[in-house]
Amino acid sequence: MHVLAADTALVFGRYARQTLRSRFQMLFGILMPLLYLVFFGPLLRDLPLAADASSWQVLVPGLLMMLGLFSASFAGFGIIVEKNLGVLDRMRATPVSRLALLLGRVLRDALLLLFQAVLLVVAAVAMGLRAPLPGVLIGLVFVALLSTAMASLSYAFALRVRTPQEFGPVVNAVTLPSMLLSGLMLPMALAPGWLDALSRAVPYRYVVDAVRAAFTGEYAGTEMLWGALVAAAFAAGAVTLGTRVFRGAGA
Amino acid sequence: MAILSTSGLARTFTTKQGPVEAVRGIDLRVQPGEIVGLLGPNGAGKTTTLQMLTTLLPPTGGAATVAGRDLVADPAGVRERIGYVAQSGGVDPQVSVREELVTQGRLYRLAKAPAAARAAELAAELGVEDLLDRPCAALSGGQRRRLDLALGLVHRPELLFLDEPTTGLDPGSRADLWDLVRRLRDRHGTTVVLTTHYLDEADALADRIVVVDHGVVVADGTPRELKQRHAGSPGASLQDAFLALTGRRPAPAQDPAPLSV
Repeated sequence: MHVLAADTALVFGRYARQTLRSRFQMLFGILMPLLYLVFFGPLLRDLPLAADASSWQVLVPGLLMMLGLFSASFAGFGIIVEKNLGVLDRMRATPVSRLALLLGRVLRDALLLLFQAVLLVVAAVAMGLRAPLPGVLIGLVFVALLSTAMASLSYAFALRVRTPQEFGPVVNAVTLPSMLLSGLMLPMALAPGWLDALSRAVPYRYVVDAVRAAFTGEYAGTEMLWGALVAAAFAAGAVTLGTRVFRGAGA
Repeated sequence: MAILSTSGLARTFTTKQGPVEAVRGIDLRVQPGEIVGLLGPNGAGKTTTLQMLTTLLPPTGGAATVAGRDLVADPAGVRERIGYVAQSGGVDPQVSVREELVTQGRLYRLAKAPAAARAAELAAELGVEDLLDRPCAALSGGQRRRLDLALGLVHRPELLFLDEPTTGLDPGSRADLWDLVRRLRDRHGTTVVLTTHYLDEADALADRIVVVDHGVVVADGTPRELKQRHAGSPGASLQDAFLALTGRRPAPAQDPAPLSV
């Protein structure tokens, strides 16, 4: 266990330094949710989206999940580059823990996304968001969990493909439907029956509902319970799958 | 006692067109302190063999003992005892030479201070000490190759695998690298297994040549023995022996980078 922690810290350090070298990369992921916040958010202000919540309390949780969905799902790009440079094989030929090769990278991604999520919340407060602090903190925990899950899946898939050209289209084909079907922009409560039913197959649906509840100060309802269960199961499943791929022949 | 022995080591890839037998059965024995060259045309199975011996690719058949550990049962034990330098090297161009060397030491579980000390020691030994704080992207081809070699040596492995170590290098850098490999063996007793498709490299560097073609060993001996046995006389060229064995013309001595590095 101590060895795994030390190896993970080592791998994390390498990729954290890589991120810090590229200020552009640190902010790039936040661009899309920020654009939605500034150019889309004001359109919702007077719409009756929820009985007891402002439009910002509905939209910002969705944008936080969007950050976790899109940025984390492209995490695998980096490993394709490293695979082609031979960096990955060089590391795999050393005794370093296979799990640490995944966890160190995922930890970097989760922390980067948390940092971006905090910036997004600050921008949202400037735009007019008012939400209880514990609720916002709960939202950030969910961002970290889902980023971990998505990034793990992204790395696992990236190990299976040879070129970025194979990787990008597949990721897009997964992320955009996931975003629309989980009601990140507008709550699925507005959806007709068939769309609402379809959206229940997407894990993000439960999590975004939980974060919306948290942003209105409801910490003990069924939304929170489902969101927590789905997020924990999704993260555990994704990390398990990622580890298996890193251990196996594909890595 | 051999430091490396394989029996029937094989790897079959499953593709859409059906199974491809990249390596059909390699039998190999290497004694401690030997420099052995795996020679063969492109696609002969050299790199696949090396990837199996370095635990990067699980074999689909056969068995091997590498540095005293069973390849299939104890890949982690194998990794601790061997060094591997891939054809593509494997450094991040943005990262400094020092950081790569120290990180590599830490991946081999050296503590911080010993890893830093070892990085400095290796840099001096391989003549890259003035480049420690430059990004890897700033290195020339020959310097890059010496750094790759240093990365394979941080933990003082008893057995070192080099995949096409001089492909793409100019003649001067190739000769330098050959000297380094010989010095490594002479000073530290390191066993070296390298792949090459350059006949002059195998002739000049290897104590023993193992010719691989179509995934099997087709000849095994000192350069002199191979010339005698397969080309008719010890004065014949290795090229004649190679041609007689594989029926194919190998890469000429100074072929400018047939494979990208």
